[in-house]
Amino acid sequence: MTETQQSMNTSSQFDELPDAPPKRKIKLSWSGKLGIAVLVFWAIIVVIGPSISPYHEAEFLDESLFIVPGSDEKYPDTDFRPPSRIVLLGSDYMGRDTLSRILFGARTTIGISFIATLLAYLIGVTLGIAAAVGSRFLDMVLSRLNDALLSIPSIMLGLVMIAALGSTIPLLILLTGIIYAASVFRIARSLGQEVMVSDFVEAARVRGEGLWWIITREILPNIAMPLATDFGLRFVWVILFISALSFLGLGVQPPMSDWGSMVKENLPGLIYGAVAPIMPALAIATLTISVNMIVDDISAHSGGKLAKRMIA
Amino acid sequence: MIWRALLGRLGISVVTLFVVSVLIFIGTNLLPGDVAQILLGQMATPDSLAALQAKLGMDQPGYVRYFMWLRDVATGDMGFSKAGLGAGNATPIVQIIEPRIFNTLQLTGMVAVIAIPFALFIGLLAAMRPGTRLDRTVTFSTLSLISVPDFLVATFLVLIFAVHLGWLPSIAYLKGGETGLNLIRALAMPALTLIIVVSAQIIRMTRATVLNVMSSPYIEMAILKGVPRKRIILRHALLNAIGPIVNVIALNLAWLVGGVVIVEQIFAYPGLAKLMIDAVLVRDLPLVQACAMIFCASYIVLIFIADMASILSNPRLRHPK
Repeated sequence: MTETQQSMNTSSQFDELPDAPPKRKIKLSWSGKLGIAVLVFWAIIVVIGPSISPYHEAEFLDESLFIVPGSDEKYPDTDFRPPSRIVLLGSDYMGRDTLSRILFGARTTIGISFIATLLAYLIGVTLGIAAAVGSRFLDMVLSRLNDALLSIPSIMLGLVMIAALGSTIPLLILLTGIIYAASVFRIARSLGQEVMVSDFVEAARVRGEGLWWIITREILPNIAMPLATDFGLRFVWVILFISALSFLGLGVQPPMSDWGSMVKENLPGLIYGAVAPIMPALAIATLTISVNMIVDDISAHSGGKLAKRMIA
Repeated sequence: MIWRALLGRLGISVVTLFVVSVLIFIGTNLLPGDVAQILLGQMATPDSLAALQAKLGMDQPGYVRYFMWLRDVATGDMGFSKAGLGAGNATPIVQIIEPRIFNTLQLTGMVAVIAIPFALFIGLLAAMRPGTRLDRTVTFSTLSLISVPDFLVATFLVLIFAVHLGWLPSIAYLKGGETGLNLIRALAMPALTLIIVVSAQIIRMTRATVLNVMSSPYIEMAILKGVPRKRIILRHALLNAIGPIVNVIALNLAWLVGGVVIVEQIFAYPGLAKLMIDAVLVRDLPLVQACAMIFCASYIVLIFIADMASILSNPRLRHPK
């Protein structure tokens, strides 16, 4: 309704009027709030993690730390130590502190995933809106290309590209961005098309507004909310994807610490009951579960319409 | 009309397969990363490099190589693994791949046979009593399961069944020729991991599908008419949900294609996915191509089945106006 009122005003007043209808207040249930708390926790760790970590990520712990007073063992093993006062989450296969590596690795894992998701959105939304407002031909070409990209399992595409190009962090981000741009494109295009046929866009057109104005003032504000929720889901998938690649030894390369590769390198310790491979995997799980809980909560409150759209 | 819809869908699948083959070919062939260079090492003379490149057919223009490759693949000739070429003992890829495909099919087959009935049952159960404690438990645990990495599930299973209980081996190594109990023991851990991950997906989607049907006007009508609950679910809801549920199953089998990559790696299971990862690590590109083509083709076939199921189950497409 705001949109029709807008069109009656003169254009100088547009800047003061809200671009989108007033936001409905979303009340989150306990699970959504818990999710937000965990997410905020990890966001803080990304910023201050390295400065609060007890050791450096690459520091090999000294044997003297583990000497039990009174025993005559002068050179105790430093690898795969169980959690203790010295190493809160135990030590890894090379005798490095697991907690410190998780704190440092948060920046790598979350940082790379976040940038890759942003990139996927930049590409996906730009092309998606272009397909929605552009000519039929453009739409067809982009959609067919997109279908082809979507019909390759993302892990396969990742494996083939890494086989050809090797694995560096910028390449990893670019690759993930392109792979996930395909699904963003699909959503942005269908949302954009929906808005394009609405009355208020027609009114804007009749009024003689340009395409750019329509995109920035009508389409983007109207698709922002569903896209934001989708961003959460996509972010989770990107984290899982990058962690999976790292786990396969094809993602983030040592000596950088990254949660996925931490699981991989400590996996042999599992048979001795070491906690080193479990902790980073749990870190990934807390992050992804919390984002999913928030998204689930929001889509439950918006009548499930959003969730349905995202599955399609 | 329905034939047109199906044929159209089939056409799209064929075109997609073609585009995918081009993408895989470009990905593995035209980009930097020269196998001849890797095989011969940094010390190779330009002459020997050129000779090996000619032997591998790498001196031809890209599109020629693409059609040569496509012709070979179509006739079942996957070429030779590049790993042995330099040393002169090249192995045909078909020979390497055959036992691996069998192993992977064995694993995924076992997963499908167990996971599908189990997940459908739980999904229906949750959908029949929405909002109850059972439903909320199922919803929350499946949400958690789909949002954790596959390797976390696998790690926990190893910790429980191999380390603490000592019931099962922590790797799934096949010597070949295992039968009966030995085979089941070897497959148990990777299969269980995949069953848990895939079931969580199927349960969520089945629940959503049935709930969707249950909220439609004709079910409301049936309730208002006083039709017994059991009859509503079996005669009205389930019949209408069968199409979407087949769709869900096919989609999830397609997702198995991705899941199997991680699981085969963790348990060192000698399947196709493990073969592909090893090939990626040594940049054996013909082998990567072959594996990627097999995975993508089966993925496309499964997605095609999923789409057919939804076309066939849509009365508006079956009975056009």
